[in-house]
Amino acid sequence: MDQFLQLTLSGLTNGAVLALAALGFVLIYKASDVLNFAQGEFLLVGAYVMFAVVGELGWHWTIGIVVTVLVAVALGVVLERLVLRPMIGEPIISLIMVTIGLSSLLRAVVSTIWGTDERAFPSFIPSDPLRVFGATVTTDKLWAIGIAALFLIAFNMFFRRSNDGIAMRAVADDQQAALSMGISVKRIFAMAWSISAVTAAIGGIIVANILGVSGNISGLGLQVFPVVILGGLDSIPGAVIGGVIIGLLQAYTGGYVGYGLNSIIPFIVLVLILMVKPYGLFGQEIIERV
Amino acid sequence: MESGIFFSSYAKDMALRRTHAEKIRLVLAILFVVTVPWLASNYQLTLLNQIGIAAIGAIGLNILVGFTGQISLGQGAFMAVGAYTSGLLAKNLGLPFWAAIPIASFATAAVGAFFGIPSLRLKGLYLAIVTLAAQQIIQWVITHWDYVTGGVDALVIPAPTLFGQRVNGEFRFYWIILFCLVLTIIFTVNLFRSRVGRAFIAIRDQDIAAEVMGVDLFRYKLLAFATSSFFVGLAGALIAHYRTIVSWERFTIETSILYLAMIIIGGLGSVSGSVYGAAFMVLLPALLNNFGRAMSGTIPALDRIIPFLQQGLFGIVIVLFLILEPEGLVKIWRNIKDYFRLWPFSY
Repeated sequence: MDQFLQLTLSGLTNGAVLALAALGFVLIYKASDVLNFAQGEFLLVGAYVMFAVVGELGWHWTIGIVVTVLVAVALGVVLERLVLRPMIGEPIISLIMVTIGLSSLLRAVVSTIWGTDERAFPSFIPSDPLRVFGATVTTDKLWAIGIAALFLIAFNMFFRRSNDGIAMRAVADDQQAALSMGISVKRIFAMAWSISAVTAAIGGIIVANILGVSGNISGLGLQVFPVVILGGLDSIPGAVIGGVIIGLLQAYTGGYVGYGLNSIIPFIVLVLILMVKPYGLFGQEIIERV
Repeated sequence: MESGIFFSSYAKDMALRRTHAEKIRLVLAILFVVTVPWLASNYQLTLLNQIGIAAIGAIGLNILVGFTGQISLGQGAFMAVGAYTSGLLAKNLGLPFWAAIPIASFATAAVGAFFGIPSLRLKGLYLAIVTLAAQQIIQWVITHWDYVTGGVDALVIPAPTLFGQRVNGEFRFYWIILFCLVLTIIFTVNLFRSRVGRAFIAIRDQDIAAEVMGVDLFRYKLLAFATSSFFVGLAGALIAHYRTIVSWERFTIETSILYLAMIIIGGLGSVSGSVYGAAFMVLLPALLNNFGRAMSGTIPALDRIIPFLQQGLFGIVIVLFLILEPEGLVKIWRNIKDYFRLWPFSY
């Protein structure tokens, strides 16, 4: 029972981070039909910027978060403007490769500045041990889940209530109709990229707080794929639920089965899901017969 | 002054080398590959051998991605299948390398066809993600099937022998690689003059229209996966015997990305482009390395960041090519030829 709770909690923590990364991923896909292979590097950049501000400069963590968010917004806007916009209308393979190129570039920049050694992250979230139903957990994991949940709720509100959020959904639904309603599609694309970078950066901070900062954080980028396929590539609730399911699945297989199976169980699930339900749990089905 | 190239018979139109200039360039290329091993230094031969193997792999990938339009991120894993199969056959069964390599290529073709089955239902992005899963799953099997593959430890295989002679060293292996590369090129170039190759291209351009015209999509997609994987496995098997050591670290997702970059930079759907791209992606990090070594006296910090510079340059090159010249080196080469054909009166 003790182990089960432990695994559930670490699974939920992992799932929360995956959900944040997947959320940004889905956002970009919904708005511009681009599969962003650089999502893991967005996490990496977020973690290192936070590390630089809080760990190296020694400033307060609130400033750190503000700076990280600003950097992420700038990164999203710049990438969209310089790289993604000239690529509009190119074939899928080009879109995939351009984000892969970006991921390589971002990783190189981060390692040039900070090196590749693992560093201790200046934990600003308390990690006292806490006893929950007989299991011992550290509070930082609970905080991580809480922060992620807060962000997810905030995004949900953003998409339901704010003008920009509604405009973004409109663009995702039908670009031409959105244009004719006076929505600037370019602005929405830039916004999608910057919001996506912000969610990923926050996810990066959470991971770094628990595991420390290192280049390994970008590896989470690949795990986002099973999450979004499970939830449906264009579904925001799907990203959250997919993240939690994959996170838990990894924790349980890691705890009860072993053999490093937890690293590929998401991909096995992914293949099975694509075979049975190609549009995921909540994805929009587009019927096309070949 | 010519206004274009015109042919008066089908035979001329279908020929692989259609103009005098092309024939002359072919002769020059043959002269180059035959004479260069005697003139080149050991280091240059190493680079040439790496280019040769990479070119075989890139042509294989291009058959699938560039000609058939099925995106694959599983290149690294398929190369691993070729390398491990060939290595294990040579090590455990004592097969000579000239038997092990073809068997390994066919085995890879079978594995590739198996992972091509989802392509019946999935297209584009979804297929790319399935091949990504194939990459991860095959990699996991290799690193965890200790009993057969030796797990994460490198697999050491005996040096290849031919007619009782050990085929070691860059010079001797050069000829083996050259032989395989030439066969690969001849096969692939001719493949796209046949019904099968044209069916592949039809699937890439518009799969539904291809089906309407009588192309059995499932069969030809599987065939594309198998043909492509055959050459990818060949490249993997060659790496195994060339290095006489097989390690899973050579065949990760990074490898898949590297090969995709080769065919994008060289030119999708072009055999010569695959070779150019392979040469480009092998030479770029090597040149940067040499540059770093030459400059390390003046800028000491350079040594430390060279790997990151390579990675960054890799990313920049991909992004720039995609934005500025999406059709790759082949298109640049064609532009140069066009410019000089009409020079000095180009319009």
